[in-house]
Parts: sequence; C-alpha cells; structure tokens
Amino acid sequence: MIWNDEFETLPREAIESLQLKRLQQTVERVYATVPFYRQSFDKAGIKPADIKSLKDLQRLPFTLKQDMRDNYPYGLFAVPLEQIVRIHASSGTTGKPTVVGYTRRDIDTWTELMARSFVAAGAHKGDVIHNAYGYGLFTGGLGAHYGAERVGASVIPMSGGNTKKQLMIMQDFGSTVLTCTPSYSLYLAEAAAEEGIDIKNLKLKVGILGAEPWSEKMRAEIEENLNIKAIDIYGLSEILGPGVGIECIEAQKGLHIWEDHFIPEIIDPDTGEVLPDGEHGELVITTITKEGIPLIRYRTRDITCLSKEPCICGRTHARIERLSGRSDDMLIIRGVNVFPSQIESVLFNIEGVEPHYQLIVEREGNLDTLEVQVEVNEQTFSDEIKNLQNLTNRIRKDIKDLLGVTCNVRLVEPKSIARSEGKAKRVIDNRQKNS
Amino acid sequence: MKVEQISIFIENKSGRLAEVCGVLGEAGVNIRALSLADTSDFGILRLIVQDSEKALTVLREHNFTVSKTEVIGVEVPDSPGGLSSILQILDQNDINVEYMYAFVERSGDNAVIIFRFDNVDEAISVLTANGIKVIASKKITAI
Repeated sequence: MIWNDEFETLPREAIESLQLKRLQQTVERVYATVPFYRQSFDKAGIKPADIKSLKDLQRLPFTLKQDMRDNYPYGLFAVPLEQIVRIHASSGTTGKPTVVGYTRRDIDTWTELMARSFVAAGAHKGDVIHNAYGYGLFTGGLGAHYGAERVGASVIPMSGGNTKKQLMIMQDFGSTVLTCTPSYSLYLAEAAAEEGIDIKNLKLKVGILGAEPWSEKMRAEIEENLNIKAIDIYGLSEILGPGVGIECIEAQKGLHIWEDHFIPEIIDPDTGEVLPDGEHGELVITTITKEGIPLIRYRTRDITCLSKEPCICGRTHARIERLSGRSDDMLIIRGVNVFPSQIESVLFNIEGVEPHYQLIVEREGNLDTLEVQVEVNEQTFSDEIKNLQNLTNRIRKDIKDLLGVTCNVRLVEPKSIARSEGKAKRVIDNRQKNS
Repeated sequence: MKVEQISIFIENKSGRLAEVCGVLGEAGVNIRALSLADTSDFGILRLIVQDSEKALTVLREHNFTVSKTEVIGVEVPDSPGGLSSILQILDQNDINVEYMYAFVERSGDNAVIIFRFDNVDEAISVLTANGIKVIASKKITAI
C-alpha cells in the first residue's frame, strides 16, 4: 500500500522538474536569509540565478556538521525564531549538540513523510504502534509518534528504557508494530526470554528499526527472534529526523529517499566529486522544502550508494543501499578504516556467535590496539580449550581477511557487555583519553 | 558407563571461581571432581557433581555459560606405572585423550581418572576389552 499515491509514484521527469523548482526556491531563500550561505556561495562565486539545472547543484559548496556547530545554536535558521514551533538537537557526544528548528509546515512535512514511511513498512490504521524511540531532544520519538497518528494507527508513546514494562505493555496492549533501534529489539527479545514471555507469539508483525547501522545478518536474527518483518528506516536530525528514507515491505531492498523533499547525491568523501549511481560513497542531501533550517548539500557521513531502478512496490523515488557505516563511527586503526558494522558482519557469519560485541581501542606506545570482545553462549562454548581458541582464531582471521587489521579477540561471559536501551555502544576508544 | 561432566566458562577475573562454587554450594550441589583449564583470557572449569541437572539449572540462572559432556571414569591401579599402562593401551589403539584429571577419592584400592575422548564409545570398548575397569556413572557420583 502507498500513503500518497500522487507523489510517491511521480514519473522520474516529474520528480526532477519538481526538484529543480524547489531547489531554486531554496537556494534563493538561504542566500537571502542565512549569512553563512551568502558567504559560502559568494566565496564559491555562485549566485542563486546560476542554478539552471539539477546538475548545477554540484557547483554549490557542501554544508558540514562542523558548520552547524560553528553556527550554534540558531545561526543556520532561515526564519525568525518566532516562526519555529519545535526545536530538536542531536545527542552531541562530541562537543555541542547540533540544533534544528521546525516551522509549523516543517512539522507537517515530517509527519507526512513519516506517514509514508509507516505505510511503506506495512503499518496502517488499526495497528498498535509501540514507539520505543526516545522522546525528547532526540528526533526519533516525536517524529515516529506524529507519523503514526497521521496514519491513524494507535500509538503507544513508550519512549526508551524500562524494558520489563515495555514487555508487559507489548503483551497486554497487543502491540503490532515496534519502532526502536535494531539493537534494542534484540535486547527486548532476550529480556522476554528471561521473563518467560514468548515474544514470537505476540501480535507484533513489523519492526521499524533505525538510528544505527545494522547488517543483513542482524536483520535475519531480529526477524527470527521476534518473528517479525524488520524494516530499515533512515533519518538524521540535521535533515529531518526519522523518515528521510524507508525500505518498502514489498522489496526490503534499499531505502526509498523521499525525492520530492530531498535531493540525494553520492560523493567521493575525499575529493568531493559526485559519483555515478551504484558507486559507494558518502551520502549528501539537500533539503528542498524545509523552512526552519534548509541545508544545502549536507554531508551525512553515511556510506551508501544510490539506485534509480524501478522498485516492485511502485514507488518511483530513488533508493539508497542499507548503510554500510557512518564515517563518524569509523575507527582508524593503524591507518586502516574500520567500521563497527564490518566487524559485526564477520561475527554474524560465524555460526552461533552472539550479536553482542564491543570494540576496545587502546594505544600502547605509538601502536593502536583493537580488542574485539564477544560473548560466549552455549552454542559456541566447549569444554575443550582448543575449540574456544579455534573460535577466537577464526574471528581474528576473518577480521584480518576482511579489514587487514590484526586484533585480539576476547571471549567474555554472557551478558557482561552492557546492553543499551537506545543506540548500542559498540566502541570504547581509550586513545584520546590516555594519549 | 558414561559420566556426565559439566563445564563452565569463566573469565579471568578475580572472584569468578568463588562465585561458581558459591552458587553450587547454596544449591546443595556437591563437587566430586574438578579440573580447571585456563588461558590468559578465560578458563574452563570442568566438574563432576552429584546432580548435574540441578547444577546446570542454577548456573544458567546465574548467567553462566555451561555445557554437558560425556566423559568416562577409569579405575587405575594406584601403583607406579599404573596410569602408564592404560595410556599405552590407548595409544596402541589410536585413541586420543583430549584431557584427563584425577578423582579425589579412590575406588577401593584403585585411583580414579576422568578421561575425555573424542570417541567415547570406542574408548570404552578398547578399555574394557583390555580388562580395564570403567566405572558406571551411578557408582562414580557415589564415590
């Protein structure tokens, strides 16, 4: 099913002419109202009137997360504060948070795109949506909430945490759709088993999961452990929040980006050059309908590729491949780029290994060391040392083969890696702290 | 013939071994024989107890990773060369010992050694064919 038939199935030429019109309006508006953009366009020697085709977008300079920090908190807003009806901010694990403001129309757009996303994921009026994304400054909770209401579903505003209560409500209220991070969905399944709750036989049918990168193997695990369809949702607060892109339940192959509101590009993260469809690089998004804080060529730091191939669901909007990592999460270990998601995929490929892992990075002298901690379970445990050593050797070798990085693998006791109720904490980097 | 052994994964950090024993003690499970194999990161504690099922249940409840393995208890003459003669028989028959450890108590005049083999059934038939006494599981936990 499709929420907005007219816009979600627009022919490509129509999408592109709409994009050009909206891009021109956006560029004109930011040039007139946001000093940062006036300066950066002037510096690049480009005027709004120079944008005559979609290709001209490539002439515009990028906007970086650092630019948002430099203009903290309201410097990039394109409207006076009195027109802003909502303010969200990113968690700001490194320095100041990034702040975003929404006009009334922005909230309406967001709600519409989340409604489209819910329906694409197979959630409808009559569903009970168990929203375990955090409510607050984080965009996840409220973004999903408004979209679910727009669809006409019954929303349970659970927010994160309090897992036992989540399970009780899930059982008693008959939740059919779960929205949370992928790692939390696995944690819920684990906690249910401990409580003696048969989560597979609850009414849950779909999980709409996002806010952290996750692998295909993890999807299989979630679908098996919770007996649901696990749908990947994409978003980032700078651009909108959740609902920038979604997988359709029909294909579960790539995430449709709502192209009547965003223009996606893939660039080479080193040279900034735009890459052709199908090539992997950094996702760059330009917002073309946002009023509060429009962003021109925002570098998401997410690594993916783009496809405009027709989709079996009937939607015409381009798809991005599921994220292979965020350049933010990228660790540089002895000069090698390492994404936690790559290590996760290695672990998932080894029969019986748990999805619970943690990476500990240290610096000894001038040398980076990577320790991969993996929980032992009854499937991987053996009474013979050599079998456990074979397991750690296998993990070490597979990581070395895939990434070219040597690591130590340490088996740890079950449940000794802290479970997160929001985004899983996969990496402990002690290098800055100690150097 | 076969004896049930339970194995427990233990991280190398202080107090873990005491915790395992504490959990078993509280549950009234008596340890009859044990061996601890260790590496720099972790250890495997192997136990023969009176009530394996109970031990497994309480250990799982306390989030320990456990497994069950079949081992055999062999009576070994408690005299110089006693163990050697048995190992020679095994070696001549190409039976590989994964690991072994001694029982605390004796069975009559003999010592009792717990053996872990890859192929338990073949090991039992070779040993018994050579007149070596393999102790019944019921009897062993009663030693």
